[in-house]
Amino acid sequence: MEWTSYLAPLSQGAWVTVQLTVYSTILGALCAFLFGLGKLSHNPLVKGISVAYIEIFRGTSLLVQLFWIYFALPIMGQAIGLDLRFPPVVAGVVALALNIGAYGAEVVRGAVQAVPKEQYEAATALNFTGRKRLWRITLPQAIPEMMPTFGNLAVQNLKDTALVSLISLGDMAFRAEQIRNFTQDSVTVYTLVLFMYFGMALVLTACMKLLERYVGRWRAAGR
Amino acid sequence: MFFGIEWDTSSQWAFAVSIFPILLHGLVVTLQATVVGFFIALILGLVLAALKSAPTRFIRWPAKLVTEFIRDTPLLIQLFFLFYVLPEFGLTLPAFLTGALALGVQYSAYTSEVYRAGLEAVAKGQREAARALNLASARTFTHIILPQAIPRIIPALGNYLVSIMKDVPVLSVVTVLEMLGVAKIIGDRTGGYLIPLSMVGGLYLVMTIIASFGVRYLDTHLPKRGLSLK
Repeated sequence: MEWTSYLAPLSQGAWVTVQLTVYSTILGALCAFLFGLGKLSHNPLVKGISVAYIEIFRGTSLLVQLFWIYFALPIMGQAIGLDLRFPPVVAGVVALALNIGAYGAEVVRGAVQAVPKEQYEAATALNFTGRKRLWRITLPQAIPEMMPTFGNLAVQNLKDTALVSLISLGDMAFRAEQIRNFTQDSVTVYTLVLFMYFGMALVLTACMKLLERYVGRWRAAGR
Repeated sequence: MFFGIEWDTSSQWAFAVSIFPILLHGLVVTLQATVVGFFIALILGLVLAALKSAPTRFIRWPAKLVTEFIRDTPLLIQLFFLFYVLPEFGLTLPAFLTGALALGVQYSAYTSEVYRAGLEAVAKGQREAARALNLASARTFTHIILPQAIPRIIPALGNYLVSIMKDVPVLSVVTVLEMLGVAKIIGDRTGGYLIPLSMVGGLYLVMTIIASFGVRYLDTHLPKRGLSLK
C-alpha cells in the first residue's frame, strides 16, 4: 500500500487530537487560574483544596490519573451509588486538563506572587475592592509573565494527548497503531505520525506566541 | 496470581494487603527504568549539547532541529517507533531496554538545554577574568566554568529525574511490567481496578514527595558560588 493511503485515516485521528488539545488546554487553563489563585487564598479551606489538588496531580503520573478516571472511578461511583462511567472523550479531556492545570496552577501562583508588592499597596491606598485589584492590577501584570511557560505547557499537553489512545480513543496515535496492525509498515506510519505531531506542535507554538504578543500589551507602561 | 503471589479477594483490606508485594515488584522495575533512562538522557543530552555549540553552523543547526523535533513529539510515538523500527534494522532489544532508550531519547532534549543554560548562566566576567589571567581555555572550562555551572545544573536534572519516573508507566504499552502495568493487569483479572490503581497513585505520591525533598535539599545545600572539583 502507498503511504498516501495512510493520510485519510491519520488526518481523521489528527482532528481528534486537535480537538482534545484545544478543549483540554482551555479547561486546563481554567483549572490553573482557579487553583493557582486558590493556593494564594487566605481561606484555609480553599487553600487546602488547591494545595491538595496541585500536589496530587503533579505528584502522580498522567497515565495513572487517566486510568484511574476511566477504570477506577466508575467502580467507586458504583460503591456510592453514582454513575461515574464517562465516555473515553470525557475521561481523556478531564484527565489531561486536570493534569496540565496542576502544572499551570504553580505558574499562575508564581506569576501572581511576582507582581511587585507596591502595586497591591497602591491599589489598596486607592481604595480598590479586592475583586477590582485582582482583575485590574494583578492579573494584567501577571498574565504576560505566565505566557512563555503556558506555551511550553500547551505543547506538553499536545504530546500528552497521545496517551488517550490507550483508553481506545481514536486519536492520531490510535489510528497509527491500527494502520500498523493492518499493514505492518511501521517505519512509514510512525515516521509520518512523528512529523505530523511535530507540525502540530509548531503551529501550536506559533499560536501561543501570537497570544503572548497580544497579552504583552497589558504590561504596565514604562516597565 | 502474579509474580507467584496469590491475591486474596475475601475483603477489600485483604485484597489491598495481598497485592502490595506484587505492586512492589512493579515498583522495582519502575525505578530501574527511571535510572537507566536517566543515564541515557544524561549522556545523549551531553552529546546534543556539544553538537549545538559546535563551531560550524552545519552541525549546530541540524542538532537544534533534532532537539526541537524530539522535544515536540510524544514519548508514546517515539517508543512505538523504536520498538517496531529498530528490529527492522536488525537491532532487537528487550522491551525494557527499548523503553529506557525511548525515555533517554525524549529527555536528552531537555537535559541538553539544562547543560547549555547552566553553562551560559556563569557570569561573563568569569570568562573575561580567566582570559585576563592567561588561563588556557580547557583549564578555564574545567576549573572556572564547570565548578560554577554544576550547582545550577544538578537540581534541574533532579527535576527531570522525577519527570522520567512519572513517564515510566508509558512503557507498559510495550509489555514492560512496571507498576501501573502490573496494577492494570491485576484489575483486568479481578475486575477491581479501584484498589490497585489508587495504590499506584499513592505510591507515586510518596516517591515524588521524597524525590522533591531530595531536589530541594540539593538546591539549598549545593554551594552557590561553585563546587570545588578537587
